[in-house]
Amino acid sequence: MDRSEPVIRVENLSAGYDETVILHDINFEVYAGEVFVILGGSGCGKSTLLKHMISLHPPLAGRVLINGSDLTSADDDERRRIMRGFGVMYQSGALFGSMTLLENVRLALEEYTELPPQAIDLIARMKLELVGLDQFTGHLPNEISGGMQKRAAIARAMALDPGILFLDEPSAGLDPITSAALDALIRRLQKTLGVTFVVVTHELASIFAIADRVIMLDKSTQGIIAEGDPHVLRDTSDNPRVRQFFNRQPDLAAA
Amino acid sequence: MAALAINDTPDGRRVLALSGRLDASSIPALWDDAHRALSDAPERPVTVDAGGVDYCDGAGIALLIDLVAHPRPAPVDVANLKPAHEVLYRQFDPARLEHDLDPEPKRAPVIEEIGRASIRLGRDIRGQVSFIGEVVAALANAIVNPASVRWRDVWRICERVGADGLPIIALISFLLGLILAFQSAVPMKRFGAEIFVADLIGLSMVRELGPLMTAILLAGRTGAAFAAEIGTMHVNQEVDALTTMGLDPVRFLVTPRIIATLLMMPLLTLFSILVGMAGGALTMQSFAVPLVTFLKEVDSAVTPTDFMAGFVKTFVFAILIAGVGCLRGLETAAGASAVGDSATRAVVSGIILLVVVDGIFAVVYFVLDI
Repeated sequence: MDRSEPVIRVENLSAGYDETVILHDINFEVYAGEVFVILGGSGCGKSTLLKHMISLHPPLAGRVLINGSDLTSADDDERRRIMRGFGVMYQSGALFGSMTLLENVRLALEEYTELPPQAIDLIARMKLELVGLDQFTGHLPNEISGGMQKRAAIARAMALDPGILFLDEPSAGLDPITSAALDALIRRLQKTLGVTFVVVTHELASIFAIADRVIMLDKSTQGIIAEGDPHVLRDTSDNPRVRQFFNRQPDLAAA
Repeated sequence: MAALAINDTPDGRRVLALSGRLDASSIPALWDDAHRALSDAPERPVTVDAGGVDYCDGAGIALLIDLVAHPRPAPVDVANLKPAHEVLYRQFDPARLEHDLDPEPKRAPVIEEIGRASIRLGRDIRGQVSFIGEVVAALANAIVNPASVRWRDVWRICERVGADGLPIIALISFLLGLILAFQSAVPMKRFGAEIFVADLIGLSMVRELGPLMTAILLAGRTGAAFAAEIGTMHVNQEVDALTTMGLDPVRFLVTPRIIATLLMMPLLTLFSILVGMAGGALTMQSFAVPLVTFLKEVDSAVTPTDFMAGFVKTFVFAILIAGVGCLRGLETAAGASAVGDSATRAVVSGIILLVVVDGIFAVVYFVLDI
């Protein structure tokens, strides 16, 4: 792991929608080849942070650098170039419902490369084999299970071999076995392909299985309340919110 | 950039030496050359020497695998891969990737397609008949037991169907009356018969154009909205949620919409007739026919029977538009395009039904001499 060179640098980012500020003055870095997990309770702004990192929403203030290029101030051509460097898996998979899995993966390859059709076909099938779906290439998204849809979405995000993959809640709505298999897949892809992962999740089991480093967001401070190795945070953090999260203690008000 | 060098060794081997960066942007240039090198000399065993490759991503691995899996008598092997690339390469089994394991089914023969379409049509008709039955039962129940109707929904839908629809119906009807009067007044003036334009406008608006134009506008506006709204609810499993709560989707979603359309359609038609005649009267002013004369002429030409003949149709049209819209919504399939399909089908089949039923009315009125 190359600690010296961050692939993502978030600087003084304030995020929100219209007048509502959800996150205030966020700073952190993600290094090449690590699995970086953004965690926190429901409604603390995890998904908002992710959407701002991938430039789906303009930040209220601050900037996001991906591989050294500023995504927030880039013009359209530059943005497209930077965006080719990462892939995104959305919470629901967001596969195109009218296309087969193979066509879903082929799409980016067809649009962005000059490869001959049989090469595109082979690469798309290789991506689907990587996630264990090579026997479902001709299926439509609504013909396969939720876990498979998420794996197919990862295959689609990897079509152009991006160096960074953003995953929004990969284990949401999955059973523990499927969720563990997805965690193992993330680990394997990180080891073999050297992909940097930025994962949003609140599943404790998942966090301990995959995370090299985490940041924890909190609603009350609108910022990061902890950063580091999840095992170390669980055992040594003196922040009550962090201990509460890792020990699954309910809020007294909620209980 | 990537480079490819082809050498034949004295022992009968062909060596393809790859070097540089193998990625999606560099390999298209050498994909065909590399394959040609294999098919040119099918009897020679080939070694792909990847020793000079500095960088290799998924696309590069795809090239290697495609070369190894190339169908030819002599074998192809890969040598000198760097350990990092070796790891990537070993993840895949070239034999397994040779063919698509789940190819898309080929298009069925025409006969089979026709058969399937016929079965679909049969099911469609069956569904429509049972839907009509359910709607009739639900409406009968609503009449017997008015408290079971969700009146709050009815008023909300009335507002959207009726009040919100007024501007477009006013505009179209006004222009219709205006244009109809103008087009007929010009030739009739040559015979000094422009006063009879008032009869024409009055009769056609009351008996035919008022009800039909309002119905067609409502089919486009309201029928499509019902189909899209219920279709989206269906896709979001809201209709399933109603069913599992023991609530009948027809009573809950369809009945209020049909009642609201039944209440609004006659009012909108009256409004349309009135505005259409206002348009006609305005045109006639410019042909020196004063408003009083126009009204008197309409009054003498249009009988209460004519009015009832047009008015009765509006109730039938209302049931058709709302019913078809709701039916198409409930039939919505899964997927992003399904809601759009439902809305389209609601409008198209709604308008076809309107025209057909209007024709039936015309024949019945003719036979009954109304």
